[in-house]
Amino acid sequence: MFDFADLVEQIDKTNKTNLKVKALEKFFSSATDQDKVWAIALFSSKRPKRSVKTSNLRVYAAQMANIPLWLFEESYHIVGDLAETIALVVPESKQGVKPPSLSQLIKEIKDLKNLDEIHQKSYLLNRWSHLNYYSKFVFNKLITGGFRIGVSQKLMTKSIANVTGIDQDTIAYQIMGDWNPEEVTYNQLILSPSKEDFIYKPYPFYLANPLDQGLEKLGSCSEWVYENKWDGIRAQLIKRNDEIMIWSRGEELISNQFPELLVMGSFLNNGTVIDGEILPFKNCKIGSFNDLQKRLGRKNVGKTTLENNPVILKAYDLLELNGIDIRNKKYIERRKSLEKIVLSVKNEKLQFSNSYVFNNWEEVSKAHGQARVNKSEGLMIKNINAFYKVGRKKGDWWKWKVDPLTIDAVLTYAMRGHGRRANLFTDYTFALWKTNDKGNKELVTFAKAYSGLTDKEFKKVDAFIKKNTLERFGPVRSVEPELVFEIAFEGIANSSRHKSGVAVRFPRILRWRIDKTINDANTIEDLKSLIHA
Amino acid sequence: MKKPLLEFNQNGIYCPIAKVYMDAWRPVDKVIISHAHADHSKYGHQNYLTHPNSIPIVKHRLGNVNIESKGWGEKFTINGVQFSLHPAGHVIGSSQVRVEYKGDVWVYSGDYKRENDGISTPFEPIKCNTFITECTFGLPAFNWKKQEVVINEINDFWEECKSNNQTAVIFAYSLGKAQRLIANLNLEIGKIYTHGAVENLNEVIRTYKNLPKTYRITKETKKEDLIGNLVIAPPSTHGSSWMKKMVPYVTSSTSGWMTFRGARRRRAIDRGFVLSDHVDWKDLIQTIKDTEAKNIVCTHGYKDIFSKYLKEKGYNSFIENTPFEEQEILENNV
Repeated sequence: MFDFADLVEQIDKTNKTNLKVKALEKFFSSATDQDKVWAIALFSSKRPKRSVKTSNLRVYAAQMANIPLWLFEESYHIVGDLAETIALVVPESKQGVKPPSLSQLIKEIKDLKNLDEIHQKSYLLNRWSHLNYYSKFVFNKLITGGFRIGVSQKLMTKSIANVTGIDQDTIAYQIMGDWNPEEVTYNQLILSPSKEDFIYKPYPFYLANPLDQGLEKLGSCSEWVYENKWDGIRAQLIKRNDEIMIWSRGEELISNQFPELLVMGSFLNNGTVIDGEILPFKNCKIGSFNDLQKRLGRKNVGKTTLENNPVILKAYDLLELNGIDIRNKKYIERRKSLEKIVLSVKNEKLQFSNSYVFNNWEEVSKAHGQARVNKSEGLMIKNINAFYKVGRKKGDWWKWKVDPLTIDAVLTYAMRGHGRRANLFTDYTFALWKTNDKGNKELVTFAKAYSGLTDKEFKKVDAFIKKNTLERFGPVRSVEPELVFEIAFEGIANSSRHKSGVAVRFPRILRWRIDKTINDANTIEDLKSLIHA
Repeated sequence: MKKPLLEFNQNGIYCPIAKVYMDAWRPVDKVIISHAHADHSKYGHQNYLTHPNSIPIVKHRLGNVNIESKGWGEKFTINGVQFSLHPAGHVIGSSQVRVEYKGDVWVYSGDYKRENDGISTPFEPIKCNTFITECTFGLPAFNWKKQEVVINEINDFWEECKSNNQTAVIFAYSLGKAQRLIANLNLEIGKIYTHGAVENLNEVIRTYKNLPKTYRITKETKKEDLIGNLVIAPPSTHGSSWMKKMVPYVTSSTSGWMTFRGARRRRAIDRGFVLSDHVDWKDLIQTIKDTEAKNIVCTHGYKDIFSKYLKEKGYNSFIENTPFEEQEILENNV
């Protein structure tokens, strides 16, 4: 029997993709159907609801390991993963009891919700004392949620395709949307799905690749469609059987967060799927991502929010027309149909994402340089003949982002990372100079960033932080202000929520400015001057 | 207040009465070396003293330095202070240093582990008033399996590579871990090939200690020679062009850090075997009990955390900084 814990162990034991696929194939050809469905759910970021408070998990694990709680917490900060920490500190079981199946474990974990804390505790202690390391790790992951273990959805769909003989893109489509692993069978989900199941599914999104070559390599300038690259929420608006749904790229159903788009959708014909970007749009102007954030993560959107932070759908692609999947039509044909729909609906909430006509690559290049003026992040370059593919496929869809805005900032706080950066200080807070009321210069936090350095650089900065810690606040350390980094970001806006008065979009480290001292770092005023630049 | 028998200054761990350093990190007149790893055995001192098993290695690395040897348990007196070396079990020749003056006994552990690895002389706990301990792995997340179990895992890994016509590559520190593997792996599976840095040390150690035969990888070594066999190389070779000859290979690392999934993924290696030459959590606590020391000085590793824990347990515990820690946390001799 090759169960889910064995699968996780096998995947963990290799850095090679083909061996991971082999392990997945082994699992998908030998596990029970119920376990297969759960595995698909877990690798697609669907997880059982949390039924035990994690604070309780920590207390129980510390007790079982016979260590004080603070020591467990310290260990957790260093290990960087709660499930792994518990699996490590709880004593290894001597008995070789075979763990229950994945679906059995998930059922047990779900049922925990109905138990009082005393019984929850005795259940957990009992499981912990009988599971081996990997089973314990998987069990804890199921309880704590989040199953990122080096298996992408793509790897999983590939393995299922290999085992079943079904086309990989078809599988990717089948596992889209909102399905409940407790109710659906492997047969319904993968082997013989019924037509009705697709009514509620979005299509797998086609994603562009960053442009990594000269424009001339793309061939003739006239074979491409040029559009703005919008900075909003990528979404599919679906109308089928008089129902309207909005699915985000992260496969979340976000219909309720955008009631005005649902109203607009009611004017569409049944059997229509539009792909586009939800953008903040007030007073006939596209706003910043920051404005959009006020609309996110809410169960219900109030009247005031709706009035103050209105949105539109910038439509650029049509995937379904009159109930027919048209992803295999040429891009220009799909756009023609889309444009007709937008014109006939005549709703201010639905805008067509216009394309540009350029006569040569020079003009393309020039337009790219002016993208920020159009409130866009750059240019999208899409082949006129391109089909709508599944996932990130190179060749037909390119994104050409404008150069980011940059500023030199001082590293002031650091935290240990997670996953492959566990036990290394890789999550940083950066500050800029500000002159306070008394006329003194002080450093004010403006952004956090944790990507952009090489592993080697991270090691060096990590060593610096360990040697130059000023104070510890739980997992966070304040650091002697000494290192200067060039921070890049996509957008910038005023913000009352931030101490600096400014919010930046997608900040990351561009480079370590070894040549600069903290006196060379920029000021908050420098940063603010970029807002209208 | 009485002056402590040993203190930490900018040069190293120092006995002011005897005017002797231990594992000094800056050039000094007289130093006692706990073991021959580069960060503990530095170049530039006037007079060295260490265990006979460390001397050939120190000389191999530092050249013809002025060096004196003392066997384990052999007492010697400097300025009225009595010293003796005792096995630490970390690598071949690694020693603890016992220091006694007017009834006050201190022990400096150097780096140590408790399990007999079959090549270093096993650790002996020494009773003392003050114990200076490393805590590289001073966290309850670190609990080693028995060596036999891990060696079997590595043997299985090797057999698997062999049956797939691949070369099994193990990254291991060239002094210590490399010989520990060579002495314990099952040579019926195949031959062990070594990187020059490893083989140079093997040759030095073979002059006074039996070590199974290994094969140095040279320009003449052919790809076919390596397939199905095992290669031991320093971690710095990972990803270098030197590795080309080993294709198709599977990489692995042997270290206490392999406990963490993140550490394995970060190094982009296929397999991580948790095999350390340092004490784990339970042995650290057991050792402190065994020494019966009331005062514990915590150095390199998770010293702040471990020291806080000891204080809660009623020990008079404090921390001292050494330059060893960053290197060890960052890299490989663990």
